[in-house]
Parts: sequence; structure tokens; C-alpha cells
Amino acid sequence: MNRMTTQITSAPVAAEPRKVARRRPEASSAARVGRPGFLWALPATVFFVLFAIAPLIMVAVLSFMSWNGLGSPEFVGLDNWSRLADDPVMLKSIWLTLLLTALGVVIQTPLSIVLGVWAAGHQRNRAVLSVVYFIPLLLSATAVSVLWRALLDPNFGIPARATWLFGDGNLFGGQATAIGVLAFVSTWQFTPFHTLIYQGAARAIPQVLYQAAEIDGAGRYRQFFHITLPQLRNSVITSMILMIVGGLTTFETVLILTQGGPGTDTTISAYYMYQKAFKGFDFGAGAAIALALVIAATIVSLIVVRVSGYDKMRSDMEGVS
Amino acid sequence: MSRGTRSRPNYLAGAGSLVWLFLVGLPLYVMLAATVRTRSDYAEHGPLSFPESFTLDNYTSAFDSGFGRYFVNTLVVTACVIGIVLLLVPPLAYAIVRNRSRVTSHVFRLFLLGLAIPAQAVIVPMFYLISEAGLYDNLLGVILPTAAFCLPMSALILSGAMRDISPELFEAMAMDGATPRRMFFQLVLPLSRGGLSTIVVFSALQAWNGFLFPLVLTQSDSTKVVTLGLYNFQTEHGIDIPGLLGAVVLSMVPVLLVYLFARRALVQGLMGVGGK
Repeated sequence: MNRMTTQITSAPVAAEPRKVARRRPEASSAARVGRPGFLWALPATVFFVLFAIAPLIMVAVLSFMSWNGLGSPEFVGLDNWSRLADDPVMLKSIWLTLLLTALGVVIQTPLSIVLGVWAAGHQRNRAVLSVVYFIPLLLSATAVSVLWRALLDPNFGIPARATWLFGDGNLFGGQATAIGVLAFVSTWQFTPFHTLIYQGAARAIPQVLYQAAEIDGAGRYRQFFHITLPQLRNSVITSMILMIVGGLTTFETVLILTQGGPGTDTTISAYYMYQKAFKGFDFGAGAAIALALVIAATIVSLIVVRVSGYDKMRSDMEGVS
Repeated sequence: MSRGTRSRPNYLAGAGSLVWLFLVGLPLYVMLAATVRTRSDYAEHGPLSFPESFTLDNYTSAFDSGFGRYFVNTLVVTACVIGIVLLLVPPLAYAIVRNRSRVTSHVFRLFLLGLAIPAQAVIVPMFYLISEAGLYDNLLGVILPTAAFCLPMSALILSGAMRDISPELFEAMAMDGATPRRMFFQLVLPLSRGGLSTIVVFSALQAWNGFLFPLVLTQSDSTKVVTLGLYNFQTEHGIDIPGLLGAVVLSMVPVLLVYLFARRALVQGLMGVGGK
């Protein structure tokens, strides 16, 4: 039944390009040397505006409204924003978000550079190892979080069996250890992805540079710091920005591993938004937090577009294994 | 060539890679070992011990607790998302690459900006929109936003692939009086098969691993997807760790199969943005 409805809704959208294609050439084929009209892009654009851009605009509107999930939203001006500004949990969540994002960047960047450069080499065991390395990438964020929640269970998990290392074994009981768990699980989950970025980039470095350095008598570590690292500059920027955007929007990990606890000690902004909106039915406040997150993420990704040159429309798949 | 230092083993990086192997391998071992042992064996001997019992009950119990249906739901969502992406993105990428008008380049910019919209940011209005449209707790309500959020990356990947098609081929076809439609079907689609398989794998992963949209847009057991099933299993039977991990393993089997048979497309699909 669901399949049927899908077809009904997507059918008119799908039919459009053909109709367009039939009409277009007669109009101007000679002048345009068989170039497709803008209408080819229309179905996708309409769909995208409807289900991504429109909600984005609505999040801004809803942040000035009050809505409890039933009935229709009412305009309340800056009420949501002023309530959030006075909300100690909100302010704490901003700090926690920044802390976790920073921890992610600081831990994962050096780790994934070292692993990526190593994986780009030609060791014989590399192929075998990299199969295991990248398995965390295949798991959904949900599966990763559920897995670690089970492995770190205070009663039946690894910490309960290694009390010499973990104290009372309840890593979810204190703020420091709970934040540690979140940072560790994000590292476990995302380092393989960033390793892939660096592996691709390291492979693309011209061998000539290393040959020249060797003639000059530079050792491996000098080569790493004077050739490899500078050549990876763009990848470092791309990868760090992805880490920042990912860090700002971390959600599943917190929901499944700590539920924002103990207390509100790991309630980061994205999780607080979910709680406000879908547990407290304060959708206006949820929208306000969401808008703040969008603004933060947009600023970062505008930098991505600028720095990485995506806006110059070049092929971006170079160097992927 | 550079035989000297390049072939001498790099002990530091080698040691680091072994540590990482341990960090990744140990949890995966514990997970697999836990799923084939009984609950009492796990509770008594702990996760790190070698299994003393062997059973497949954890997998069958996962199916009994509803994962069969969740798998079907997830498959429906994944198939429909792939379908929508394949219908919408190739014409879009074709226009982005071949249409020279300013409107199209603005559209491309819009999609690039869309890369930056996190799903978390729009769940509140998405909940409102989907409820208003009467699609709450309906798989279609999950499919539409999931597909929409696959479009920016897919457009970027596929237009990159199409840009690699040589302009001479287009000119040659234009000389023969080919319409844009004929070029699309006879030239562009066959020559961008690599890009097409990448966007299929990318969208499939997004749909298969998606959690947030199902979490806020569905409610009942009949519309539950696998990731949501895992979450519910964890909150309801958190103590049955072998059963829970059995469900986790089941959820990753399809992705593992894709990894084995289409490794290149999968890696490119995963990489998306970072492919530099």
C-alpha cells in the first residue's frame, strides 16, 4: 500500500523531463546545439525545495511561534528565544556541544592523519587490515551506539570485568567519564571515515617530492613533516570542518548512550532540542535551538564551500581508492 | 625508485595501526562472540571470555521480537529512496553539466548549500509538515524527507561524473542532429554508470542507516525500521545483551554484503564529500 502511494506521488514528477525533452528541441535545437533546458533540473529542484528548503524556512518561522504539537501554532515573538537565553540547561548544553566538538577534532585529526598516511603506503598486510579498520563505517550511528552501550554496560559490560581500570565500572555515572565515553565512541565511529580522506589524499602526493627529499638526505619523519603534512593541508581543512558540523549535530550517540545524563551533564544542544520538542512538546523552543544549530553549521559549511573550491564546480572524486 | 627509506618498515605508524586494530577488532569480537552464547554464559563469564556455549537463539529471538517486519520496512524505504533519487538526480545533473543558463548554476548552488543542512535542524518543521500532510506514522512520510536529503550529495557526485564525459562526444551527437533527450539516454547515462552506482550506494546507506526521521515521524510497530527497532530493543530489553547484539549484527549484514561485492562503489558512496 505504501509502495502504491509512492508511485502516485512521484509519477507526475518523473514524467516531466520526458515531456520537456519532447517540446524543447523544436523550439531551439539549432541555437543551443542540443543542450538540455532548465526544465530538466526542475523536478529535483521542486522536490528538494519542498522537503528540505521549505522546512528550513519553517524552522525560522516556528522559532517565533508557540506550538504543542496539536492545533495550530501561535505567534509569540521572541518568547522562545528569551526563555532559552535564561535557561541554564540551554547554556550548559552549548558549552557541552563545543567541548565535545573540540574533543572530536583534537583526538580524531592526528589519529586519522597517522592512520591514513600509513594506510596509503604499500605494506603487504595493509589490504587485510584496512578491511577490519573500516568496519565501523558500515555500522549505522544507531548500531554503533547500541553496541557500545552494551559493551560498556555497568553490570554486564567490559568495565564491570576490569574494575582495576574503570573503578566502580559505571562509566555513565559521572560527567567526566560520560563525556569520555561519548568522545571515545564518536572517535571509534568516525576515525575510519577521516582516515579514508587522508589515505586518498596521501596517495595523490607526487612520488617525485619524496624522491627529491631522499636525494637531499631527508629521513622519514622530516619527509612526513615537510612534505606529507603540507600536501594534506586541504584535506585537513575539509576533514576538520566535517568533524565540526558532525560534532554540532551529534544526536544518536547521546540519545542511546547517556540520555543526556547523568542529570543534564551530557545534554548537548541537538539532544536538548529533541527533548524540548518531542518530549516536552515545546516545539517553538525546539525550533529556536534548531535554528541556532543551522546558523552555526551554515557558517562552517560556507567556509567549506569557499575553502575546498566546491563552488568552482570541479570533480571531487579524485584520489578515492 | 625510492627503495631506501620507503621499504624500511615504519615502526611508529605500524604500532599505531596495531593499536587501532585492537580498538576496532576487540569490540567486534566481543559482539560476535556474545551473539552465539547463551545469556547466562554471558552474564556469568563476562564479555571478554571465550564462549562456553553455542546457540543461535539470539538471532532467532531478534526475529521473534519483530525484526523480520522491521527489515521489510527498511527495505521498502531503501528501495523507494533509491527509486526517487534515480528518477530525479540524473536529469538534474545533466542540466547542471550541460545547461549554461544562470538559473541552473543558482540551482546548483542551492543544492551545494543543501549539503550543509543537517537533518537534526529540520525535524521540528518536518514533523509539522508530515503531520499536516497526513503522512505521520506512514513509511512514505519517512521516504520523502530521506530522499530529499540524499539529493545534494547525489547531485554533486553525479554531476562530477558527467563532467568527465568528453565534450567532443556531445558535439558529434549534435552533428547527427541528436536531441538532448537522445544524448541523455544514449550518451550520458551509459557513460556515467560509475557515478550512478555510487549515488545508489550512497542513498541506500542513508536510507538503511537513517534514524532521526523514523524516530520522530513514525510511532507504531508496523512502520518501524531496523535502526528504530535496535533503539527500542535497547530501551526495553537492555539487559539481554546477547540478543541485542544479535540484532545489531543482523542490521549490518546487508551493508557487509554490499561491502564485499561492491567495495569501490561503497567506499565512494561513503566518502561523498571527502573524496579529495
